[in-house]
Amino acid sequence: MMKVVRGFHAVAHSVKLCKPNVICAYPITPQTEIVERLAEMYANGELGSCEYITAESEFGAASILVGASATGARTFTATCSQGLALMSEVLINAAGMRLPIVLVNTNRALSAPLSIWNDHQDSMLMRDAGIIQVYVENNQEVHDMIPQAFKVAENRDVMLPFMICMDGFKLTHAYEPVDLLDQETVDAFLPPYDPPVKLTVNDPLTFGCYAPPQYYMEFRVVMQNAMMRAKKVMQDVFKEWAEATGRDWGGHVVNYHDDAEVVVVTMGSLTGLVRDVVEEMRGNGKKVGLLKLRTFRPFPVEDVRNAFKNAEKIIVFERAVSFGHEGPVAMEIKSALYGNSSPDVYSFAVGLGGRDVPRTLVEKCINNVMEGKIEPGFRFEGVKPFEEVIV
Amino acid sequence: MKMRITLGAISKPLSSLKIKTGDWGAEYPIVDKKKCTGCKECEIFCPDLCITVVKEGDDKFAVVNYDYCKGCGICASVCPAEAIKMELKDIYKV
Repeated sequence: MMKVVRGFHAVAHSVKLCKPNVICAYPITPQTEIVERLAEMYANGELGSCEYITAESEFGAASILVGASATGARTFTATCSQGLALMSEVLINAAGMRLPIVLVNTNRALSAPLSIWNDHQDSMLMRDAGIIQVYVENNQEVHDMIPQAFKVAENRDVMLPFMICMDGFKLTHAYEPVDLLDQETVDAFLPPYDPPVKLTVNDPLTFGCYAPPQYYMEFRVVMQNAMMRAKKVMQDVFKEWAEATGRDWGGHVVNYHDDAEVVVVTMGSLTGLVRDVVEEMRGNGKKVGLLKLRTFRPFPVEDVRNAFKNAEKIIVFERAVSFGHEGPVAMEIKSALYGNSSPDVYSFAVGLGGRDVPRTLVEKCINNVMEGKIEPGFRFEGVKPFEEVIV
Repeated sequence: MKMRITLGAISKPLSSLKIKTGDWGAEYPIVDKKKCTGCKECEIFCPDLCITVVKEGDDKFAVVNYDYCKGCGICASVCPAEAIKMELKDIYKV
């Protein structure tokens, strides 16, 4: 049923339809309304036999879910920014314990300085954790991604946490028309979680046991194998979703224009604006194209190589910077292309801490690259003039 | 036999019987049976339950389980009879 709803409702409604057994969270802006909405559903008896547990911190919330997931429960949480950072110690364990916890990260900048507004630095912090990361463009996509996330995470060939990244405020608090799923569609798509092993009182087990040097490395090898297998599992699940609902979001990447000499790469909600700019430029005869990167981990190396076969220049707009180097997405793209093709890569950090990314800025950056006015490499864009002082 | 790598590093109970942790320490305690009065101070304080006071005839003295002792030295520190000495393991001697 098509309704105009805010992003947090699109998330909560979809989570409810996935029939989780345990939800545990700690509120943090701009995630709060997601868990408030779920708590309201719980209080109204809409979540069936689901346990909704309030925790004393994000560390506590993630720890409770590790325990719950180990008992074979389908688990959900949401967080962002400092909350994700506080959860990180536990989530890294959850990945190592191969627990299919699904979480929504409402992307928010990291402190300091304190900011409640959007960028991608928080989820980039979790790059190497062994957690699947998908970025969504709009509220329909996040609504649709939640059942898919459970299906991928709980697949026996995967068994890893799955983090859906949605831009804080820009999506969470935006009103958009969303075709809300019904229970039958989700039930037909997503079977109940059937854990390959679970913790019970009568059969005690240790999850994430001690592994001295003679045992540790093989556990990391199997995690890498699971991540690599997830690439195929995700593609299958994406396809299955398209067949079940008629909404095809594409694969790990969506390559809109095969003929482009200059390809612009985006992740998350920025995609909509850049797509509009690119379409207009193409209307004016410019050979520019757009690539929407949906999956960041596992990184879709093959799809990226294939998409950039003909590209001469690549522009990456991203809401993150790896201090001391460049944009993390630009780094991954260069790494994927090494030895295959060698287009110039322009890495633009934009919109940090909720800074607006106006249409004119996107146009200026693309034009500067197309006209050869700037050198390849990293730069911040949309920065005001300033001087550095002590106080 | 090939190593068995379990999902999520899951192990059944009693894995610590196979995985000895006594090689972590650089030092290890040596009990002087003659000085030891068997007072059990070290047994109570050992954070890893690695010390047991045993009886041998009329004598009572502390025995260290080197399979799990990590060489923290608390036993030597609390011993009222100064009967426990910490020694560097041979592999750490230069």
